[in-house]
Amino acid sequence: MNGNRDQRSWLERVWTGLLWGLMTLFVVNIALMIASVTTNSFARRWLGTWLPEGWTTTWYTEAWREFQLGDVLWVTVEVVFAVVFLALLVGVPAAYTLARRDFLGKRLLMLLFLLPLMVPPITYGIPMATVLYQVHLAGTIWGVILANLIPAAPFVILVMTPFIEQIDANLESAARVFGASTGRMFVHVLVPLLAPGILAASLLVLVRTIALFELTFLTAGSDSQTLVVALYYAVFAAGVRAPQSVDAMAMVYMMVTLVWLLIALRFVNPTQLVSRVKEHPQGAI
Amino acid sequence: MSGEGPPRDANYAPPAGSAVASPEAARVAVHFDRTLLLAVPATLFMLLLFIYPFLYGLALSFTPPKGDWLANYRTFFSSDHLWPTIWTTLRLALPATLINVGIALPIAYKMRVKSRYQRWITTILVVPITLGTVLIAEGMLTYFGPKGWLAQFLQWAHLYDGSIRLTHNYWGVLISLVISGFPFAFLLILSYITGIDPVLARAASTLGANPLAQFRHIYLPLLAPGLAMCFCLAFVQAFSVFPSAVLLGAPAGPTRVISIAAYEAAFEQYDYSLASAIAMIMGFVQLLIVAAVLGLRNFFYRGPVTGGKG
Repeated sequence: MNGNRDQRSWLERVWTGLLWGLMTLFVVNIALMIASVTTNSFARRWLGTWLPEGWTTTWYTEAWREFQLGDVLWVTVEVVFAVVFLALLVGVPAAYTLARRDFLGKRLLMLLFLLPLMVPPITYGIPMATVLYQVHLAGTIWGVILANLIPAAPFVILVMTPFIEQIDANLESAARVFGASTGRMFVHVLVPLLAPGILAASLLVLVRTIALFELTFLTAGSDSQTLVVALYYAVFAAGVRAPQSVDAMAMVYMMVTLVWLLIALRFVNPTQLVSRVKEHPQGAI
Repeated sequence: MSGEGPPRDANYAPPAGSAVASPEAARVAVHFDRTLLLAVPATLFMLLLFIYPFLYGLALSFTPPKGDWLANYRTFFSSDHLWPTIWTTLRLALPATLINVGIALPIAYKMRVKSRYQRWITTILVVPITLGTVLIAEGMLTYFGPKGWLAQFLQWAHLYDGSIRLTHNYWGVLISLVISGFPFAFLLILSYITGIDPVLARAASTLGANPLAQFRHIYLPLLAPGLAMCFCLAFVQAFSVFPSAVLLGAPAGPTRVISIAAYEAAFEQYDYSLASAIAMIMGFVQLLIVAAVLGLRNFFYRGPVTGGKG
């Protein structure tokens, strides 16, 4: 009996150690990967040694000039904020309906909103790009925005539905008893209560949209590239350019996403993405 | 349980069948319709930008510029550089998904207990989500490359003296899929696990269940729907691998995945019809896997999904 317990705790310790080892390996390697990109972007010459021979910041100014980073960053900002705004505009009301009402075809509607997240972006991206080219939207910034909205709007719905379900419906009933219309109830009761959820959803959409490659790649023209697509072309045509200047661009890209992710993580607990955790036991369970 | 779901809906949405002829009910019924209108913009949007292009692509794939209506599909399955891409893709996507979900599950299980470190560790593990496939590819070329830090370290420590080939081949793409896919799988599984009431496990432990038994008989069955969902979403990500297969793999040979074939058909040969056919085949294979996983879930677990969040 006693020996059995000893054996089990020993096994448990090995198992825990193994998991920590795995996590450390993963994190350390990624940190080193990022560090090597950082080092290279400041390196004067770096060939097969531990550290480069000298340090410089010229790659950043060069990348800025060569890749027209100013324009690319501006396009990225425009696309990302338009996508976040429009996704919230169509997504939040739809999430409200799905959270509060039961109606015929609700499951079908949920499938419609889940499907874009379940089908590879290239699969619907290619027919969609074809359609967008026919209506002369592809290659423009609007084409890019519309393409990015396809996964963004369902994502908002997916995140917001459980958020809305948590809000006590009695508050809305109370507002109605006092004669508020749906619109006023939305503005004065729901939006203030939903603010944390809306913030979380918009930050997550923002981070996802910055990183989303395939759809932007398929629909962007030369003057509507976002940062990630410009980075792809820079790496793809790497033979022509100094790797350091590509790495400098990668650093700019990483800084942009990292800042937003850290802001997002201040407001969103990552464990509460799918639904809230019960932190306070409620009554008798 | 905090009691979400149907009971609350019943609070003021009358059952559709109850035709009470009071003005009160009539007012509620009118308002009921208006709330449904809120979902209309999103629905229209999805129909216009997702369903219509999809159907258009499906139709396009059956109307090739020359040949009969099945010509594209015949081309795909008879051409030596098209149909093997399915296996190439599956050979990358399935192991990557299994690794991601398989590692994320025990780590998420470990992290389910609320502690001081929980939030920090989850944050650190989730950060790679922002890197994006292109940045990971660029980083891996520098770090895992033949002259990168990893190679230098292994040679310095005399752990491995041969040349290290982790980029521009199958392994490079697989590693990049794990790096970009793991944080996502971890995040999703963690949020499913933390949704399971810990009281259930505590009850089991008072009845003498050891941690392994608790996991097998309580967490795993409750987690099955979430796990299946996570597997599907992680698989979608891995299956549509594109940038890393080009940048980190050998896009002409061992990592010529199906999305590369589709892209080349569309934007290098300008054969949108063939490209749509490839895209449809890609979607079909994807749906087969998803259906298989969901079927497997039903095979393992039949019962009410109480306590879980599937």
